[in-house]
Amino acid sequence: MKGPDTRDAPASQNFPALLLHHAANQGDRTAIREKDLGIWQSWTWEQVADEVRALACGLAAQGFRRGMNLAIIGDNRPRLYWSFAAAQCLGGVPVPMYQDAVAQEMLYVLDNAEIQYAVVEDQEQVDKLLELLPKYPNLKHIFYDDPRGLRHYTQPQLMPYDRLRELGVEYNRDHPGFFDGAVGTVQPDDVCVMLYTSGTTSKPKGVCLTHAALIAAARGDVAFDGFGPSDEILSYLPMAWVGDHLFSYAQALVAGFTVNCPESSETAMNDLREIGPTYYFAPPRIFENLLTTVMIRMEDASRIKRGLFHYFMAIARRCGAELMDGKPVPLSDRMLYRLGDLLIYAPLRNSLGMSRLRVAYTGGAAIGPDLYRFYRSIGINLKQLYGQTETAAYVCKQPNGEAKLDTVGKPMPGVEVRITGKGEIWVKTPSMLKEYYKRSDASAESISPDGYFMTGDAGFFDKDGHLKIIDRANDVGKLANGALFAPQFIENKLKFYSYVKEAVCFGDRREMVCAFINIDLQAVGNWAEKRNLAYSGYLDLTRRTEVYELILACIEQVNADLARESELASSQVRRFLILHKELDADDDELTRTRKVRRGFVAEKYAPLIDALFSGKTGCHIATEVKFEDGRRGTIEADIKIQDVMASEPGREAA
Amino acid sequence: MADAIKAGGVLLAVENIALAFGGVRALSDVTFEVREGEIRAIIGPNGAGKSSMLNVINGVYHPQQGTVRFRGEIRRSMDPHFAASHGIARTFQNIALFKGMSVLDNIMTGRNLKMHAGLLEQAFYIGRNRREELAHRAKVEEIIDFLQIEHIRKTPVGRLPYGLQKRVELARALAAEPALLLLDEPMAGMNVEEKQDMCRFILDVNDEFSTTIVLIEHDMGVVMDICDRIVVLDYGRKIGDGTPDEIRSNKGVIDAYLGLSH
Repeated sequence: MKGPDTRDAPASQNFPALLLHHAANQGDRTAIREKDLGIWQSWTWEQVADEVRALACGLAAQGFRRGMNLAIIGDNRPRLYWSFAAAQCLGGVPVPMYQDAVAQEMLYVLDNAEIQYAVVEDQEQVDKLLELLPKYPNLKHIFYDDPRGLRHYTQPQLMPYDRLRELGVEYNRDHPGFFDGAVGTVQPDDVCVMLYTSGTTSKPKGVCLTHAALIAAARGDVAFDGFGPSDEILSYLPMAWVGDHLFSYAQALVAGFTVNCPESSETAMNDLREIGPTYYFAPPRIFENLLTTVMIRMEDASRIKRGLFHYFMAIARRCGAELMDGKPVPLSDRMLYRLGDLLIYAPLRNSLGMSRLRVAYTGGAAIGPDLYRFYRSIGINLKQLYGQTETAAYVCKQPNGEAKLDTVGKPMPGVEVRITGKGEIWVKTPSMLKEYYKRSDASAESISPDGYFMTGDAGFFDKDGHLKIIDRANDVGKLANGALFAPQFIENKLKFYSYVKEAVCFGDRREMVCAFINIDLQAVGNWAEKRNLAYSGYLDLTRRTEVYELILACIEQVNADLARESELASSQVRRFLILHKELDADDDELTRTRKVRRGFVAEKYAPLIDALFSGKTGCHIATEVKFEDGRRGTIEADIKIQDVMASEPGREAA
Repeated sequence: MADAIKAGGVLLAVENIALAFGGVRALSDVTFEVREGEIRAIIGPNGAGKSSMLNVINGVYHPQQGTVRFRGEIRRSMDPHFAASHGIARTFQNIALFKGMSVLDNIMTGRNLKMHAGLLEQAFYIGRNRREELAHRAKVEEIIDFLQIEHIRKTPVGRLPYGLQKRVELARALAAEPALLLLDEPMAGMNVEEKQDMCRFILDVNDEFSTTIVLIEHDMGVVMDICDRIVVLDYGRKIGDGTPDEIRSNKGVIDAYLGLSH
């Protein structure tokens, strides 16, 4: 059903106003859904506006005032999204936090943001906050949504969401003009959300974004991709991440489309199939997991099905992406593609939950060429984008028909991108951060005098005007012989193989490049089972000679690739080892958005690095690990180190 | 950590139960009671008669002597239908689920005795059945949410790993909204993680629904940790009855487990 055209919701300069606009103009359309107790429960825009009013009044009744920060912690839930709006209505700032953060990490943010009020999802989050109370007694109010397990809790700070809502309804009745008055005082320049960066190299910083900034970004995105009220998205990525806030909150309020919250993270892929979103974002690793699952199941299918699959996938590889881009394709291939669509591609899209997808985006990390081509060739319009928390994830996007593999697209309208002499990418845009919270030093460090944000990424524009990212500027180094060493570039190539889950390369100011490898349990486990290799778990798998040979083959291929470019020929990987445990955010080795903390990892595994570069064939290591409940343990292992043959540096590829 | 003995009336009392199969004396003169709201364990070496005891409580076996008193009402011989419709539910050691049916459907079968619509109404989804079906489904979904098995609700049970099948067994027993839940070795065959999860669920069931629980278990760690009181059987006789601390130091029990004849 096509609703009223709200694409140019006029004069709505802040999010509460946008919400009220939709409640008035398309009050009957579904604004948000949540799968609960097995069925999709939905709320219309009018209902959402009422809920936000009740919640805002409830918070006001409890003493929440303009300028205060509201912590929001949990999975994607309607009530938590409404908390963002409620805080904004009162002129406060919502501060979402990662739901899988351990208590220690949360302490930093609570303290830094001076949180007195928090809206959380369930007992798990309540427990973590209560644990921190002795160290941070300033937390006065904890409102929780799911009461399971909390019946016997007597702490005075706790209050169920339902009670808060009741108080809000009463307050609204007793102060009829209050809510509208409060919304009326919200300015476009007010900070509308504070998102903490994950901090690969240092403590997290609170990025303050204004209503105007996020609305500008959302408006730009909505115009670029033509989003409208009939679009549907699945909201399953952490609310503390700028991407989810942009898609599920900002864009949803600008375009008026429907947000769907899955039942739980385990059911997210299943819920994706049930909803059939029209617009989808996922980091490359999710697209990869989906593909791996499909391929694994395909290997178990009957011979005929496998045969059909491989035959038609070859056709898709040949011309699928070109067809989608509107490029010329011979008639015979066109007919075969049509047939393939009927037999293979459409059912495949259906089982991935992508039948109704108009556009899909990925970003945040590099995506493998095979993976990218796979999705595009079966008719999924997968494109890349680029941005960071400080720029509201709004810098570059690939236009339709220009979805090149190794670029992140062209600068969006209103965005200026400059490449400095050193090759660093600087960005100026109305969607920029206002400042880092209470960190004028960091603000001065990262924002140039003429208003450009220094992204810290190294990149360049190609001949079509697309931006290409090389690596983090600080990580780009030089080998001992002066050759360029861009670790992420090599690591991405390694990670394109489904067997490699994570890779960390070392080589700055060294004679050669060496690598840590994390194997992917699902892919390698499956590979082992197909060869009747019994294994008793992750650690066992990492020790096997056969697995080392498997990874060796992948690395040799990457080396052959690197050898083709003269500047990269010397950064071929010469030695590697397979880590005995996966790098984990709980152990501070990765950020909450799964980026490797290079410095920390280098320190923690220093003995292994020494062994790699001193020619040893093995090394014993004992690593400390942190369990999810905060307890610590140690894992010890003898790790084998393997040499790799380098390929001969060849002529530059055409 | 076992709580202090919960104050509650006697829910179930078995008195002087004697059960024999031909010449084999499975149970001899066993007497104990179960208080409302507690978690009671029946432990003992293999062949002690634990499963037989559970079967007597729920009416599968009829004792030659003795009585079972449930909620004050004496039954000379309990029968399974009476037991089930009056609030006793149980799980089985070897999983007795319908392997071809989905998890959701299996749990729905646990609502069977609460379904009052007729055959025709159920077949054509009319009348009473329509109203009931929704209520039943809601209850089943609550249990699915409680035991965190949403992600497998449509999966055929036969395809699930053992630990999850046991959880579905538990879910089906809970679907009957029992006052007394009999668990026959709920942790058998589970690894440490699965056992921890199952312990957590059992404690939650006891806490949130106030369900009285009687369980047979071999893992002493589990028993000592979560149970309020324990009955110890050996060769069909009761040789111990008390709190975990009392049982731990009971010489007769220790001897029995070590195989010393007494």
